[in-house]
Amino acid sequence: MTDPANVLPLPTPNAESQAFWDACTDGRLTFARCTACDAVQFPPQKSCTACGGETGEASEASGQGTVFTFTINHRAPGPAFAERAPYVIALIDLAEGPRLMMNVINCAPEDVTIGMPVRICFEPRGDMALPQAEPA
Amino acid sequence: MGTSARAPHIVGIGQSAYTRWGGIQDRSQFQITAEAIVAAARDAGLPVSAIDGLTSFSNDSNEGPVMQAALGIPELRWSAMVWGGGGGGSCGAVSLACAAIESGQAEVVVAYRGLCQGQGRRYGRAAPTRTHGNFIAPYGLFAPPQMLALMVQRFMHLYPITEDHLAEIALSFRANANRNPLAVMGDRTLTKEQYLASRWIAEPLRLYDCCLETDGAAAVLITTAERARDLVQQRVEVLASAHGSGAGWSTGPLGSQNMPNDTYASTNNRRLAKELFARAGLTPDDIDVAQIYDHFSGMVLMALEDFGFCGPGESGDFVAEGNIRHDGGKLPLNTSGGQLSEAYVHGVNLIIEGVRQLRGTSTAQVADARTCLVTGGLGVAPTSAILLGRN
Repeated sequence: MTDPANVLPLPTPNAESQAFWDACTDGRLTFARCTACDAVQFPPQKSCTACGGETGEASEASGQGTVFTFTINHRAPGPAFAERAPYVIALIDLAEGPRLMMNVINCAPEDVTIGMPVRICFEPRGDMALPQAEPA
Repeated sequence: MGTSARAPHIVGIGQSAYTRWGGIQDRSQFQITAEAIVAAARDAGLPVSAIDGLTSFSNDSNEGPVMQAALGIPELRWSAMVWGGGGGGSCGAVSLACAAIESGQAEVVVAYRGLCQGQGRRYGRAAPTRTHGNFIAPYGLFAPPQMLALMVQRFMHLYPITEDHLAEIALSFRANANRNPLAVMGDRTLTKEQYLASRWIAEPLRLYDCCLETDGAAAVLITTAERARDLVQQRVEVLASAHGSGAGWSTGPLGSQNMPNDTYASTNNRRLAKELFARAGLTPDDIDVAQIYDHFSGMVLMALEDFGFCGPGESGDFVAEGNIRHDGGKLPLNTSGGQLSEAYVHGVNLIIEGVRQLRGTSTAQVADARTCLVTGGLGVAPTSAILLGRN
């Protein structure tokens, strides 16, 4: 088995998250919504956390967000991340509600601030793609 | 305060030597954990065969039924563990023990934890992850410092908390460790200059804001008031214990991240703290000394607010005024040096220090200490805490 420290990790989709990751690979950020109350579900699940209803088809997100919090990480968790360090790990509040972890890329780590507007872009990785944040 | 015959009391404490990461190689983690349990029974003046319950937390691999056989315990009547959450369940393991004692399902329960990371996978290295890990691992988030740095950063954004306040946590705990010969950092002093010059781990956390990585095991033995009366040690009552989690926390900073906005920069203890104090009939003003889970300095500040020792955003001023210092503070904290400077045994060493304070045997003894708050891991889920008292 490959030492996980030596490769950039890929998500392992499950039955609930497959649609989310498939859309990312297509360059789209989508969120499942409850068919009864329209609440957005994240992490993806088939039943609604708000009303217990059933989750329907995913709708595309605007791709607009803001930095809720972040850290400049100076310690790479293994060789695969070494050349990226220091890198920004942030929680991004999407306009649609959910809070997703992303790296803030395409800017200097010291320029990142809480409340900063960002837009979603996609980083190809393996045969998938990860949502990432860059300055809006 | 009237004490019922089955009121839970801690009557024994035991530990292995604490060493730096990888320092214990001649014994397995399981072995030193077993020895800590035996030491707790000996401290209590009870035979190991009297133990009939075992509890732990944090997915401890030193399984109770295996421990039972290894120690020759004839009957196990209570075998339970608090789910996940790093050290969140440390006091929860005591809470489980108390539930067994008070309900009559067991008589003598040991809560324990053994942690020799040097013998296994090191925290912070990339590794396969659970469900929520799919949404964090690809972004290079694997270790608690980065996970909790996100919360501390938000906390420092909302409130007037500065690096000077984080430093005060690290420096005061180190000063306590320098009085404690059992502390891994017992003979190493720390200055403000060294603190500020130390390397970033994950901003705003520097090296000295992060707990040690050590090898060690620790155990506390709990029994009824009735049995405690006949035993050798000054008995320490568990006045109240609690564990649980707030709405929407799930795996919190370790994975799910989508806690409600108003509790994100918190220790996930606000409700728990109110219920804990109410159950003991105490208020924060009644507490003489506290052992607050110090995985990261900033989380201790948050806990001072969430447990009501000061108001929201006031923890920086509270510590700057010298309130947490052993010498003259009104609420001395982590008097053994805590996990920043004594050892990192997922908080069971903090429970032991709470007992030492109420026995009057701490190396940074608070004069006539009669009440002590001990918390489990902060800002995770579940969290836990206990209030200890000496009658």
